[in-house]
Order: sequence, then structure tokens, then C-alpha cells
Amino acid sequence: MKQLPRFPKCYKIESKPHKFCPGCGHPIVLKMLGQVIDEMGIGQQVVFLVDIGCSLLAWDFYNLPTSQTHHGRTVPTAVGFKMADPGKIVIAYVGDGGAYAIGLQHTLTSCLRNDPITTIVVNNTLYAMTGGQSAPTTIDKQITTTTPGGKSEFTTLRGPELLKSIAKPQVYFESSRNKVLPKAGSYLARGSTNSPLVLKQYLKKALETQIKGNFSLVEAISACPVNWRTNAEQTIKRMIELEKIFKLGEL
Amino acid sequence: MAQAAKDAGAKIMFGYPITPSSEILETWAKFCLKDTSLSILQTEDEMAAGFGTIGACLAGMPAFTATAGPGNVLIQDAFSMAEALRIPTVAMIIQRGGMSTSTVIYSQEEVRLTCFGGNGEGFRIVYSTSGLQELYDYTRKAFKVAWQYRWPTFILADGYQGKMMGEVQTVDSKQQTVDSKPILKQGVNLRNCYNLEEEIGEIIVNYSDEYNRVRERIEEYDEYQINGAEIILLAHGIVAAACKIAIDKLRKNGWKVGLFRPITLRPFPTKAASKLLGQAKKIIVLESAIGQLAELFKNELYWINVPLMEINKPAVGFTPEEIYKQVCFFAKA
Repeated sequence: MKQLPRFPKCYKIESKPHKFCPGCGHPIVLKMLGQVIDEMGIGQQVVFLVDIGCSLLAWDFYNLPTSQTHHGRTVPTAVGFKMADPGKIVIAYVGDGGAYAIGLQHTLTSCLRNDPITTIVVNNTLYAMTGGQSAPTTIDKQITTTTPGGKSEFTTLRGPELLKSIAKPQVYFESSRNKVLPKAGSYLARGSTNSPLVLKQYLKKALETQIKGNFSLVEAISACPVNWRTNAEQTIKRMIELEKIFKLGEL
Repeated sequence: MAQAAKDAGAKIMFGYPITPSSEILETWAKFCLKDTSLSILQTEDEMAAGFGTIGACLAGMPAFTATAGPGNVLIQDAFSMAEALRIPTVAMIIQRGGMSTSTVIYSQEEVRLTCFGGNGEGFRIVYSTSGLQELYDYTRKAFKVAWQYRWPTFILADGYQGKMMGEVQTVDSKQQTVDSKPILKQGVNLRNCYNLEEEIGEIIVNYSDEYNRVRERIEEYDEYQINGAEIILLAHGIVAAACKIAIDKLRKNGWKVGLFRPITLRPFPTKAASKLLGQAKKIIVLESAIGQLAELFKNELYWINVPLMEINKPAVGFTPEEIYKQVCFFAKA
């Protein structure tokens, strides 16, 4: 297996070791994002805003201007910042509860308006910080602390798919030399912490999309062994199961 | 108010339409057509308006929002964060009738919410205006004060003032008052979530100390015919304007009546109030709410040994004639 590089340069070393639980997917997403920021050389432009929930633990993860906001309100804060300072690359780092439950109206509207911001959704199918309650992304029959008998509504929400119908399409046009080039449109993708390097490519494309002036959202399927009550083997099994329910790839 | 915001140096507005504050959003939208340095976002709800304002302030741009009634309830989510992270948001609250959706017209029932909304201690600056010129002047001032002291700042008006037409003396917009700079910059990591009670407890105590240290410089009040007055009326906002007319008539008829009007409801002008109201024989509080202004007064001046009467007309306005009659009645009581 290919060895991953050392700490990204944009990490804040004083805040390491980080505050996430053992087995959590957040540090993998943050590491990939850190590498992308380093490789793109955009450390001076990035502004990082984090939601409430486990994502709040990233408030001092990087040596980047970072602020916590309120639950579900990271996207509108990011929009406000971007409007005031369009030269910055603004990232809203949120969980599935923030993006698809309490803040869904903001996620939808921001995508509809094609706001030039990047939203990263870490989807572990439940509310982890508050003790593992059911979320819109909770899968059928999943046991959570608020669905002790297993979720029975059959209402698993798939965020990027939901947004697809309102996102600005990737329009193709013909250049003068008859080459077909993609013109800027919004970017939606879903990766997994099981395949960090693929996720990294999605994150890179998402930031490039923002630089071109369009909305981007990347969802990362992520593990929460603490609230899933799973051991290592069961966690990997659950991740593979989730990757079948939440289709990976670009939309 | 939109003109005042522009003249103060505000650059961006976030808002969600709600009567009677929508005209501010509409006027700002027209300004944006003519002046490309200004921008606007009509958001999906008041929470997005509040947090959009916060985002722009974090980037160092003077930003504001305007709302009313149930919108004021929703937007408190954002102001609680502005209080915690010392973000100089400016909000125009054009009070409508409470509770719930109620009327779109008028009340003074958003005093408590605007002063103390959110899960905090009310580290805010709230100006209650009493007419069109003041709406202009205090809106302009609000931006300067917000960025100077870094507390969320509010202009509290009402639907009557919001819908009033008249002439206002404006100033040259080149003399912009606000001095803003980026808050969230390199090397800054902000949080509003803490692990230990002691950690946040210390921060709140420090905020409180700072608020109390600067409050006298922020406090403002207005007085009318207060010298030698035996009865002092306590009113704010548009009710105080009606009181002034009533006082002229009362004085003509030999009643020694004056007015004390807090302009800043937060911080309450306690020092001036204790000096001026302590000499009265009777204080009559008049407000278009049930005891919201009286509550502020009693909190701050509980030691004043002067009989206090309250005339409460929730969600209903006062005419000078009825103030005259009521005061005559209570004066004899």
C-alpha cells in the first residue's frame, strides 16, 4: 500500500494530537483537505468555517482563519464571508445533520443560487456529538439512540442526489478550435474515507470549482465506531454496506 | 434607514422580507443598482440573514440586516453568536405586534427580545428611536458604535416609524463613520464551544466587566421639562414623542410633569435616570407592551424610592390626548 505523506503544512501542530475519537473518519477528510490546500498553494486564501457537532472539533485543526458557527448555520456564514471578500476560498465544514436536517434550507438555497463556496459534508449517518441519534441519513433498520428498534421510516436522504436537480449544470460548449471543454457549473460528489485518495481528488475539484465561481459540495461517507457500537471489523463491514447505499462518485 | 446605513459606510445587507421592515431591503436593492460597491442578498430565512451578516462582518465589511416580530425570534440564533464572538452586526428591528405573528403594524413588545434575546447575558447595544430624524441619525451611529465596541447593535423602531413619511436632514456620505477591519484573518481561530464551565464562565465575566466599563460612554437619554417636575413620565420610542406633546398641555394647565426617555435601552442610562428620576414624587411608565420598559427600569433602579405606576397598552399606540387624560387621572390618584 502506498504510504501517505506526512502532516500537511497547513496543519496547526500545537493542536495535535487532534480531538477526534479513535476510528473517526473526520481526521481522514481533514488530512485529505490539508493536502489539497498545500498542493494547490492556497493556504493564504482559504477561510475555514465549521459547524456544530463533531465538525466543531476542527476549530483549531489548521493554521487557517477558522471559526465555529451555529448548528446548520455554517453555509450562510460562508456565503456572507464570500460576498464580502470574494478573493477568499471559503469552506463550510459540516456534518450530515447540519447539512441535511437543521441547515437543509441553507444547503439547498446556496446550491440553487450557485454560491461560489465549498461545502464538505461528513456523513456518518447519525448525530455523533450528541450521542448517536437518528439523522436524515440514517439508513433503514439502523439502530440509533432515538430509533432503538431500528429506523423504520425508509427515508434515507441522499444529499448530492437531492441537490443535483437544482444545481447549475456543467454546460459544455465548443471552443473556436472545436474542442469540447467543460464550462463552469456546480460540482457535486460523494467520496468515502475508505478511499481517501479518491476523496482527495473530489475535494480538489470542489475547490477548483469554487475558484471558477461556482458552488461545490462533497460528501464523505465516514465511520463513527463509537456511536455505531462497532469493532474494527464491523466498522469496515458497515462502511462497505454504506458505500452501496450511498453511491460513490461524481454526480 | 437604508440611506443612513449607506451614509455610515455599510456595504452589504442580508434580509428576509417581513412587514414592516421590508422597505429597507427594497430600498437597499435599489441602491445596489446604482452603486456597484454595495451588495445585497435576499436570504432563504432570517437565520441565514443573521449568519450572512456575521460572515460579512468576519471578513471586515460593515453589514446589516432588518427584521421584525417572528423574524426577530428566528434571527436571535445569529445574535447570540455575535454576542459570544464579539461580531459587530447591525440590525434594524421594526417592531410589529406580538405575540407570534399578530399584527404587521405596531407595538413595543420586542424590547425584551432585542435586549436579551438568545442564551446570553444581553451584551448588546439597543437604540430606541423616536422619529424619522433619529432613525437616520442613530442608524448611522449604530455602525460606528458596533465596530468601535464590538457588541451587536440594534436600532429598535416600530411600524409607525417605519411607515412614516417626512423630511430628514442627511449628511454627506463621504463622511462615513464606520471604521471596520477583518476579524477572521490569518492566525485567528474562533470558537464558541467550550469544554469546561470555568472556561466560559471566565469569558462571560470578562465580557461583563468590559461592558460595564464602557457602558457610560454608550448610554444616551433624552429629557423634556424635567426640571422641577413632580411627575416624571418614563417612555421610549414613538410613545415618548406623544408624551412630549401631552406634557406641553399638562404644563399649560399647571401640572408639573416631565419626561425621561432612555435612548439606549441596553445599556440602560442608569446613571442619568437615578439622578433625574430620584427627585420625582411619582413615576408613570407608558408603553405599548406590558411592563417591558418598566422591567428594564426596575432592574436597574430597584432602590429608587418613588411610587411607580404603569400604563400598559400592548400593541396599541398612545395619542397625546389620552396621555393627558391618563396623567391627570393618575396625578390625582
